[in-house]
Amino acid sequence: MDSLPAIPPHARTYRYDAVDKAFLQARIAEFRDQVQRRLDGTLTEDEFKPLRLMNGLYLQLHAYMLRVAIPYGVLNTRQLRQLAYIARRWDRGFGHFTTRQNIQFNWTKLADAPDMLAALAEVDMHAIQTSGNCVRNVTTDEFAGAAADEVVDPRPYAEILRQWSTLHPEFTYLPRKFKIAITGAPHDRVAAKLHDIGVIAKRNTEGEVGFEVWVGGGLGRTPIVGTKLFDFVPEADFLATMEATLRVYNALGQRENIYKARIKILVRDLGDEFRRLVERELAEMPEGRYRLPSEVVQAIAAHFAPPPFARLTDNPPALRQALEANRAFATWVKNCTHPHRAPGYVSVVISLKPIGGIPGDASADQMEAVADLADRFSFGEIRVSHVQNLVLPHVRQEDLPALFAALKPHGLATPNIGLVSDIISCPGMDYCALATARSIPVAQRISERFADLDAQLDIGTLHVNISGCINACGHHHVGHIGILGVDKRGEEVYQITLGGSATNDAAIGELIGPAFSYDGVVDAVETIIRTYVAHRAPGETFKDAYRRLGPAPFKEALYAAA
Amino acid sequence: MSAPAKVKPVTAPVLLTANDLRDGRVVWLTSDGSWTLNVTEARLFAPDEAAQALALGQAAERLRQVVGAYLTEAELKNGVPMPRRFREKLRAVGPSVDAEPKPSLSLAS
Repeated sequence: MDSLPAIPPHARTYRYDAVDKAFLQARIAEFRDQVQRRLDGTLTEDEFKPLRLMNGLYLQLHAYMLRVAIPYGVLNTRQLRQLAYIARRWDRGFGHFTTRQNIQFNWTKLADAPDMLAALAEVDMHAIQTSGNCVRNVTTDEFAGAAADEVVDPRPYAEILRQWSTLHPEFTYLPRKFKIAITGAPHDRVAAKLHDIGVIAKRNTEGEVGFEVWVGGGLGRTPIVGTKLFDFVPEADFLATMEATLRVYNALGQRENIYKARIKILVRDLGDEFRRLVERELAEMPEGRYRLPSEVVQAIAAHFAPPPFARLTDNPPALRQALEANRAFATWVKNCTHPHRAPGYVSVVISLKPIGGIPGDASADQMEAVADLADRFSFGEIRVSHVQNLVLPHVRQEDLPALFAALKPHGLATPNIGLVSDIISCPGMDYCALATARSIPVAQRISERFADLDAQLDIGTLHVNISGCINACGHHHVGHIGILGVDKRGEEVYQITLGGSATNDAAIGELIGPAFSYDGVVDAVETIIRTYVAHRAPGETFKDAYRRLGPAPFKEALYAAA
Repeated sequence: MSAPAKVKPVTAPVLLTANDLRDGRVVWLTSDGSWTLNVTEARLFAPDEAAQALALGQAAERLRQVVGAYLTEAELKNGVPMPRRFREKLRAVGPSVDAEPKPSLSLAS
């Protein structure tokens, strides 16, 4: 391939050292040999399957799929351009961003996979631990290091977790997969209470960093809001606490029943005893061995030092004039930006949810366009959100008109963040071998039904989440409106839950009643929304209205005529 | 894959399907023993041929042609075979969303 562009000088991503790079090359060579041995018959599929999964290669419904880890959803432009290159050269010219801030290539050929991994390694990326019963990609706030409400930048700690959990010899074969999310803001944008471990970094009255640790949350077949394990773990004890928690789970988690193997079941069953076991494990650890030295934190934090922000003021004249002159621009600014800690800056969310599009999909051309715009406007940084959108974290407010104009030709200026068409959707049966129903076309039809922007704005904040099976990759349990596709005697039907939430007031949605057909589910969603609009108090969001009203008016509207 | 490896009592005609080892694409066994991407070219096995069909699939796995061979119930529609189960129809025609769907087939077939 052509020589790679230089790493953007200010992009704050973790840079691999020589040891990291050498390890990745060795790992790729090992996998290349394993692929060759599979093709020449030395390895059977039973022997090869766990090896390919350890390298992120799944066999899905229609083809192999390569799931690439994007550590805590942070990318530089060199990396995003390389993902575009991979999409164009070895896939069909697009990639799918996931709810774990990863990217999936849906049309991978087996023999190409080692070359794809080699291309990833050129930009310090890989697909290790994107499958299997290990600690998966740690997720964090897409506005990390930028958000006005942030108390602690979670990226250094996410990187520490990544280094600690990667190839951890004790935790390569856990009872089940293990997902960790970390945030450093009081507003939970990572669904912390719905992860195996959710970490909320904060400061005490002395200004010291500590960690509120939640454990045993999760979705899937048994959705559970997590339990607070510790209120304030000092920074020095952070890794020891993670280690002790994983050890208890690794020792006591059920391995004989896949449906009871996640840590949430263990925590639920043990209750307070789980905390006592973790504390006992901590007490038995060699003193100092798992201590996290502040020098290490500082060294890693240096990778995430703030870019050289200019001294600016909020709401500059150029922005004010554009807001007054252009309603479409003003709507986009209102819906697609997030307050920044630095005056005169803002974070911009780039919607990957065009009306009628596939949630989370981006073409190679779009990825390259975003990379160009990140170089031009955002210090060469891009983030992937767990809501399957992209973020330019550091944009000058005065540049917003130019950025909006540049995004539009690429179909990337849809002003729908947080609205009904900003739908989370898993790949569903269109791609996934586990799915029991399609989810993407349901998302597309809902998006098209509510295509009118004024109608979306009138409805207001509304999170619609869709999963194509009970594994809940589309987070349906925590959607304000959640949709779960299941197979009923060979037909796709869709159960609807209402009132879920993934943030500070985390809640599992309530099943509203019997399922709807593929043809009927979009009408049902419209009925629910019409019922909300009819019953809401002034300014009341869907979620708040549902919590006040309860399910009765929605059941009445959906089923009374039946 | 979710391929069942054991022979269940078969009471309806079946197709033998799998994924191609090299590219993972959905393939169907034809009458001449080759594998095709096009389900309309697939061989429809009578119920009493099911065990033989599955043996052919297992042989193809050993020959490293395919992965996860299994039988799925099917019927003739307009003179060509089509799986009965929705999931298998979707495997036959490709994603129902824009991802290079096969233009000559649709889920309504």
